[in-house]
Amino acid sequence: MTPSDSEQTKTQQPDLMDLAQKRDLMQQRVAASLKRRHASEKRFRLYGMAAVTVALSFVAILFITILSKGLPAFWQATLTLDVYFDPEIIEIDEKPVRQPGESDGAFQQRMLAWQTDLGFVNFNRIILNSLAEVLPEAPRYQRDAMRLVTSGERFGLRQLVEDNPAIVGQTLRLKLLADANVDVWLKGNIDRSLPDSQQQLSARTRAWADELAERGIIRNQFSTALFMNADSRSSLASAGLAGAFMGSLMMMLIVMFLAVPVGVASAIYLEEFAPKNRLTDLIEVNINNLAAVPSIVFGLLGASVFILWFKLPLSAPIVGGLVLSLMTLPTVIIATRSTLKAIPPSIRQAALGIGASKVQSVFHHVLPLAIPGILTGSILGVAQALGEAAPLLLIGMSSFVASVPGSPFDQSTALPVQIYLWQGNELRNFFEARTSAAIIVLLALMISLNALAIWLRRHFETRW
Amino acid sequence: MSNLVLMTLLLMVMALAYQLGLTRSKRVAVTTNGTGFRMHSRPTYHGMLVAFWAVVPAAAIFAVWSLAQPGIINALVLAQLPPEFQPTTDTEQRILLRRLANLASGFGLTEEAADYELAAAAYLNQLHGIGRTLMTALMAAVAATALVLAWRRIEPHLRARNQMESIIRWLLIICSTVAILTTVGIVLSMLGEAFRFFTFVNPLDFFFGTTWNPRFSTVGTDGQTGFGMLPLLWGTLMIALIALAVAIPVGLMAAIYMAEYAPSKVRSTAKPIIEVLAGIPTIVYGFFALITVGPFLNQLGASFGLEIRTTSALTAGVVMGIMIIPFISSLSDDIITQVPKAMRDGSLGLGATKSETIRKVVLPAALPGIVGAILLAASRAIGETMIVVLAAGNSPVLTANPFEAVSTMTVTIVNQLTGDLDFASPQSLVAFALGLTLFVITLLLNVVALVIVRKYREQYE
Repeated sequence: MTPSDSEQTKTQQPDLMDLAQKRDLMQQRVAASLKRRHASEKRFRLYGMAAVTVALSFVAILFITILSKGLPAFWQATLTLDVYFDPEIIEIDEKPVRQPGESDGAFQQRMLAWQTDLGFVNFNRIILNSLAEVLPEAPRYQRDAMRLVTSGERFGLRQLVEDNPAIVGQTLRLKLLADANVDVWLKGNIDRSLPDSQQQLSARTRAWADELAERGIIRNQFSTALFMNADSRSSLASAGLAGAFMGSLMMMLIVMFLAVPVGVASAIYLEEFAPKNRLTDLIEVNINNLAAVPSIVFGLLGASVFILWFKLPLSAPIVGGLVLSLMTLPTVIIATRSTLKAIPPSIRQAALGIGASKVQSVFHHVLPLAIPGILTGSILGVAQALGEAAPLLLIGMSSFVASVPGSPFDQSTALPVQIYLWQGNELRNFFEARTSAAIIVLLALMISLNALAIWLRRHFETRW
Repeated sequence: MSNLVLMTLLLMVMALAYQLGLTRSKRVAVTTNGTGFRMHSRPTYHGMLVAFWAVVPAAAIFAVWSLAQPGIINALVLAQLPPEFQPTTDTEQRILLRRLANLASGFGLTEEAADYELAAAAYLNQLHGIGRTLMTALMAAVAATALVLAWRRIEPHLRARNQMESIIRWLLIICSTVAILTTVGIVLSMLGEAFRFFTFVNPLDFFFGTTWNPRFSTVGTDGQTGFGMLPLLWGTLMIALIALAVAIPVGLMAAIYMAEYAPSKVRSTAKPIIEVLAGIPTIVYGFFALITVGPFLNQLGASFGLEIRTTSALTAGVVMGIMIIPFISSLSDDIITQVPKAMRDGSLGLGATKSETIRKVVLPAALPGIVGAILLAASRAIGETMIVVLAAGNSPVLTANPFEAVSTMTVTIVNQLTGDLDFASPQSLVAFALGLTLFVITLLLNVVALVIVRKYREQYE
């Protein structure tokens, strides 16, 4: 609007002038507010970006923390020593061989007697002797020297002899795990300037550890103990995940063989066969609610039903598997139902149209198309069960188990529970890293399960 | 014969029965060809039916027998013991049976066995053998009879497909009742144990008491103990509120940004990465809280002159907030994208900026759904266990200070049910009362959330 225009209106219609002025003012106000509104628009957008960045950085911080703490723990201080299995120290009889006609019990008894004899052999002396080869001072300061090697290694040597008594009298080049405190010291996970009274190791042991590390006798080597051993409290350096892994594996198998078939079957019934009535409505509401029940409640259910009523053993993978199956069931049912829902009715109608029965149309035509989706949902359910710890604590799986379970009725722990147990260990400097390593193993398993699920979905996905 | 061998044999019988049924039905089909009769069902259905009858009754016998056998054998063994050696108490009886079982398996005992024990062990062995043989024989007989009967029934009229289909349908129905049974199991077991707890402690004291101090069962219940739930409930709520205070702004803004602003490339990478947070096991969050977030908050507080404990309500709440971000962001994202485009276009057409449209049009329309998502996340936070077990500090006192250690219902359930407690004392039974309360709270939250979400969905679809 030009000024001459406004003047014209002013002269012609005084009322209109007022209006125009108002409009003018309004436009000025809008123009002025526009800046503010655009700024607020920009700010809003920034908030959004900031929120996404914050969420993403939480993921990054979480993974960086775990990886930076845990990765070094996969390598552990290890001594390489020549170990002489001195026949003068290892004085034992021939290993018993089963006689023909001997009963199970009798043979077991002779074997036990032999193993008891072997148990009395002083394997510490053998380790000390081989340490003396590299540290001539070692025999004089036995206590300090023995702190270099983790205490579990003497059982390792005993196992070697038990498996093959022929090595007595030979010299073998063996890798012995260093004590957890030596590992902490060499990795610098403890403040080196702390006074003696606050150090876990004596000054001599520390000096020896540094010396052996310099001479290349103690080296940081990939820790097979972490994967091959069960948990241990006496010999912390050789505590491993094997027991927990087997426990978790058994429970996952139980979940796969119980929750998946039952879940898929009930989803098929609810989606394809069930009449719409009160009862099926109830089942549906019930399943949705069950999916949101806190996992610890399933633990309470397991404790009172499986352990108190059915008298199943405490800490056993069979109970854990049953509890986790019940917990995973709703996930599998919901995933299967949504897959079945996505399959177009035309498939069913075509099958029914050419004379298939209802069961045939479902099992011959609908189900094969739904298999990728069902598999994806089931794998995600199993992965979720793999990471669950809370319900397992309530059925006694948090007890310390130093052996690898051989059957689902044996005592066992699970990977997440093992993480829980390790983070509480007193030797924090060592177990912070080892716990992170266990977390990395657990996350790696879960990520590979999820990746498998994503791959299945991508590979077999059909869009209707 | 071990159970595994027996099961393998049963599977083989199943395969054989299927083959027999298949071949016979094919032969029947050939011989009746041209006589005016047509087979009602395809051969595979005949095979399946024969296999079903051959295996299922035998398997049922196996299950029933395996459940009943130990009790019967023990009773028989105890009955033939000389009267002077009869065990008088339950414990004695259990120990004796254990000893006999060890003797019978040939592994021997640490001390010498008495003559009567040896005799009983021999008898036990004999009974085991007899039981085993009888069961195997019975299973074989039943399997064979059922197989032959089912096999001879094969004729053109037999509606094998219909029979098989109704069997399948029943199996499906049985499977779908498992979910119901689980709920019933949860409710019944918790109610039962909670009622036992309320025979020790007045429900009013439990729900409205303000001291939580359950002594160990050896100390007894002598007025010193307090079973007041309020400190735990308050701890739970405080942590959940802190978690929501972290998760709502971040989750909601992230959802808005990704639904409305983000280019599709950013959206398709950022969304799955944020959802990774939902898949990480909670024990990992607990550890993260303990070694990273707790010390960080502690130092942060120290620099402001605040004393924040490493394990506190704040630590647990912040980490739990991180955990529930994806619940809020994914659900809200879905709901925001469901708001019809026409509403946005109308607002933009009137000259509103994008953020104004979002704040004044899209969000109010999506509000019920977002509230539903927040309630679901809240129920998740209330029932969460491992984070609070590790990071909340476990001190059941009523405090309004989020920098102090607190305790929650879930932590207490874990504490009361781990360790050597007997299930008859109020100290461990209280876990079930707490569990029941937790179950009811989360159930209510979920039901309300689902109702809100469903109501909202109906508006736009």
